[in-house]
Amino acid sequence: MAHTQAATANEKDTAVKTIWRTFWILLGVTVVEIGLAFLHLYTGFPGKLLLNSVFIGLTIVKAFFIVAEFMHLRHEVKNLIMTILFPLLLFVWFIIAFLADGDSWKNLRKDLAPGTPAKVEAPAPQSGHHH
Amino acid sequence: MDNAVTAKKKWWNGGYSPFSVSYGKLMMWYFLISDAFTFGALLIAYGTQRFMAQAWPDPNKVFYAFPFMGHMELPLVFVSLMTFILIMSSVTMVLAVHAGHHMDRKAVIKWLSLTILGGLMFLSCQAWEWTHLHEIGAWWGKNPFLNHDGSAPLSTNFTDFFFTITGFHGLHVTSGVVINIIVLINVIKGTYEYRGHYEMVEKVGLYWHFVDLVWVFVFTCFYLL
Repeated sequence: MAHTQAATANEKDTAVKTIWRTFWILLGVTVVEIGLAFLHLYTGFPGKLLLNSVFIGLTIVKAFFIVAEFMHLRHEVKNLIMTILFPLLLFVWFIIAFLADGDSWKNLRKDLAPGTPAKVEAPAPQSGHHH
Repeated sequence: MDNAVTAKKKWWNGGYSPFSVSYGKLMMWYFLISDAFTFGALLIAYGTQRFMAQAWPDPNKVFYAFPFMGHMELPLVFVSLMTFILIMSSVTMVLAVHAGHHMDRKAVIKWLSLTILGGLMFLSCQAWEWTHLHEIGAWWGKNPFLNHDGSAPLSTNFTDFFFTITGFHGLHVTSGVVINIIVLINVIKGTYEYRGHYEMVEKVGLYWHFVDLVWVFVFTCFYLL
């Protein structure tokens, strides 16, 4: 029995350690995000596109740790992991399609709105050319 | 004797759960998937509108206030505090689940109480933030914020989405706090001690972490990008 108890205590220790390690990772990533936001605010570096890509990447890192460790999904059976994660792949299509659609709408409204005809960026007129 | 068949376990031949979790936990996961799609739809709709807009407000110029700091411009500071509170309450929730595994009733009570406290702190912060924004003229249908390029607002999409999405998230936090309180009462009464396991704490734990997970995305989409 003594052996079982010792093993349980040990197991308890590593589990608690993992929880706190996950906490420090989440906190660290958040601090890095805020640091980068301030860096951009004061120096303009990194550029907006790079900055936003980094933010999205770090967000996914945080999401991974919350789901894997706090929600314990990493330690579940593979069947369960797949059942939960595969439907979420729809988000890949969902995000690309809708954001592209939004961008296309913006361009359509900019170019085709009543009273604001599209700017014709024609090359400099050449002599002797008739329309 | 199916335990003996370990070399090539046939997961889908029946006889045991192919997911190796209880019915209740599996259903909580299914609910969370559907909830993820609800939040995903809201956030993607917001993204679509933002991509459609010719100009959009700068979050650093909108979310700058901090309680008792007057008109000092402190972008990101208050929302960072809110994020910290929510991550912290997620940690206390995991510790409550962990204590439940070891049938440690006193520790479950302690960690679950701290989780509830964290949830209430987060909600108070959000209440303050909403009050502040309302005072400076922002609400559904009212967008007082200049765009990035200094131009006047073109629509109320920014405030509409902000209040709808953070409000929907806040509603989740609120229901999470209420469910946590109910579970805490059951823990104190000894319901789970009698039942022989603290699985209910795990299930509300899953919900609570999901709420934290959503906040991670809300934080990025509204305050960082």
